Amino acid sequence: MAQRTTEVIVGLFMIAGLAALLFLALQVSGLSPKSAGDRYTLYANFNDTGGLAPRGKVSMAGVTIGAIESIELDTETFQARVVLAIDAGIDNIPADSAAVIRTSGLLGDQYIDISVGGDLESLSPGDTFYSTQSAMNLERLISNFASGR
Amino acid sequence: MMDRIAALGRGGLDVISSFGRSGRFLVGVLAGIPRPATGFPLLLRQLYFVGVLSLAIVVVSGLFIGMVLGLQGYTILSDYGSEAAIGQMIALTLVRELGPVVTALLFAGRAGSALTAEIGLMKATEQLSSMEMMGVDPLRRVIAPRLWAGFIAMPVLAIIFSVVGIWGGMLVGVDWLGVFEGAFWGNMQSSVDFVDDVLNGVIKSVVFGFVCAWIAVYQGYDCVPTSAGISSATTKTVVYSSLAVLGLDFVLTAVMFGDF
Repeated sequence: MAQRTTEVIVGLFMIAGLAALLFLALQVSGLSPKSAGDRYTLYANFNDTGGLAPRGKVSMAGVTIGAIESIELDTETFQARVVLAIDAGIDNIPADSAAVIRTSGLLGDQYIDISVGGDLESLSPGDTFYSTQSAMNLERLISNFASGR
Repeated sequence: MMDRIAALGRGGLDVISSFGRSGRFLVGVLAGIPRPATGFPLLLRQLYFVGVLSLAIVVVSGLFIGMVLGLQGYTILSDYGSEAAIGQMIALTLVRELGPVVTALLFAGRAGSALTAEIGLMKATEQLSSMEMMGVDPLRRVIAPRLWAGFIAMPVLAIIFSVVGIWGGMLVGVDWLGVFEGAFWGNMQSSVDFVDDVLNGVIKSVVFGFVCAWIAVYQGYDCVPTSAGISSATTKTVVYSSLAVLGLDFVLTAVMFGDF
């Protein structure tokens, strides 16, 4: 086969591969330049994070506004300290807002929902949520109910 | 009795020395980087044989595997009323596991065996030794382009496999079984991460491509130069590549996706 034809066909092959990678990036993993944009950090302490996992979403009124960056144990209070990365555009979360762990659907992933407070002051980067609500634990709920507490 | 023990020991030493030879062989190939002017056309030619000609089998297998995933996923997930999650299921299965692994297995069967047979025949007909006689390094001229071609072609093929598979799954799930298209893509996008899932899959296929091409060219170069030797080397290529791919896949999965 002529050298030129081979070059063209192999070139098309490589381009097909690149296009496929682009498709995986944009359509399948939903990678967009915006999603990796500026974010700032907030903290929230929970007694029980349940099945919360890093990369989980942080939402407000059902709209995703950030992601869970990491979850670690605070060795002084023995609470879980969750690091939240919030989109820089949302910089006016009222200071008395609460971070609540919720489950999407009955068996879905757990995520953090921020229920909005009414304070005029807003949380600034590095702040910690004052009030939090831990994961709902179905078993504990049932045992509490059964023992009448 | 002593003879048997001696044979066992000899067999073990043979295996170990073959590992050693393959390592030295690899160093020889990688060290002898061909000059771009002469090496590039050779590489291109091998990319055509190894990559482009494997495209058909990879695309067809990808399509059917994606369609089967869509069908199986739908029957199971619809029991729980969460059939919209098949997008996520198909994408993660393909991108993380099936794309790299199945492509590598197909590649070993389609391209690896051909490489071994070709190089083995070159050795049997003494083309390799006559090259050496002419002062041309066969490692550089014959082996290196084939190794690099396998190395480059495999990730490309694996990515194409995943994309075609996802498309096949969409065909079955969305177009035939009526899963809502927005939920199909939405679930997929919220659960697949570019770096953690897609790029780790690509890294896997790079490793597999390297291992498959290495085994194929080594078996060809090291074969007994008879017709029986070539046929056993070709069989070994497919068997060893498949085992290496599946074994390495476990290790890589444990490193990449295991939480420890």
